[in-house]
Amino acid sequence: MIIVKTLAELKAIKDKVRRSVEIREHAEAETKILVGMATCGIAAGARPVLTVFVEELAKREIQNVMATQTGCMGDCQYEPVVEVISAGKEKVTYVKVTPEMAKKIVEDHIIGGNIVTEYTIGAARQ
Amino acid sequence: MQELALHIMDIVQNSIAAKANLMYITIEENIHYHTLLVEVCDDGIGMTAQQVQLVTDPFYTTRTTRNIGLGVPLLKKQAENTGGKIRVDSALGKGTTVSALFHTESMNMLSLGDINAVILLLITANPALDFVFERRVCKENEIENKKSLVDTRELKQVLGEEISLSYPDVVLWLKNELKEMENDLET
Repeated sequence: MIIVKTLAELKAIKDKVRRSVEIREHAEAETKILVGMATCGIAAGARPVLTVFVEELAKREIQNVMATQTGCMGDCQYEPVVEVISAGKEKVTYVKVTPEMAKKIVEDHIIGGNIVTEYTIGAARQ
Repeated sequence: MQELALHIMDIVQNSIAAKANLMYITIEENIHYHTLLVEVCDDGIGMTAQQVQLVTDPFYTTRTTRNIGLGVPLLKKQAENTGGKIRVDSALGKGTTVSALFHTESMNMLSLGDINAVILLLITANPALDFVFERRVCKENEIENKKSLVDTRELKQVLGEEISLSYPDVVLWLKNELKEMENDLET
């Protein structure tokens, strides 16, 4: 059975993680990336955007950031909408996000710490 | 939405909004009868009989950000376009099951699309919730029937409490696992 073999692989991942010192006492993510996943968001292309966030974070082994989903944020005309919420900082809202933009947000904002101003809702409303 | 997978994602969002902790997502393809059955079953807050009747009406919603809800009506339309139908069963405090039957030979049949991407996102973006994703392929000869399943409760048992399903290595493992599941079904 395929599942038995692969569960062993999962166990190996667990053991590897346990051995590494990376695991912190508080697993709570310091930054959250929220992607609107209501009908409006999904129809506007939110799925590939969330996929980019999830996979880029995984590939780059970024552990203190969590990509997750939320409902409709009420700005359907701006979907896909992405909010980046960091502890102690003001929330940043990105609008009409594409997978390419998502990648840049990870590189510039999440890793580099620089907000991609031209993608924000403030820029879109001007 | 040009993929059935996206409609499924949309329906599951309703379950999450209904505070479900456990969701069964089942896709059963019947090669012999040319049908595809999609079922989303949750243990959320459920609906009253009156709400069940209203749920296929696009002008009914529980959301507060705007006053139309399109998830179930869109799925219904897609199913009916193929000569199929949907069914919503719900009990207040117990949960809701949405089933949609499609006739796959209809020219209006949507492609399933990237269902693995949807499942991966649902699981990794909601690590506190549990999902059972099952795919079945039914053939003319029952012995040849195929089935594959991912149950996050099982994965959590292996991982223990300290490692989340959204942990980078786990995400990549799960992505590969879903791919293998699909390959397994196709062989």
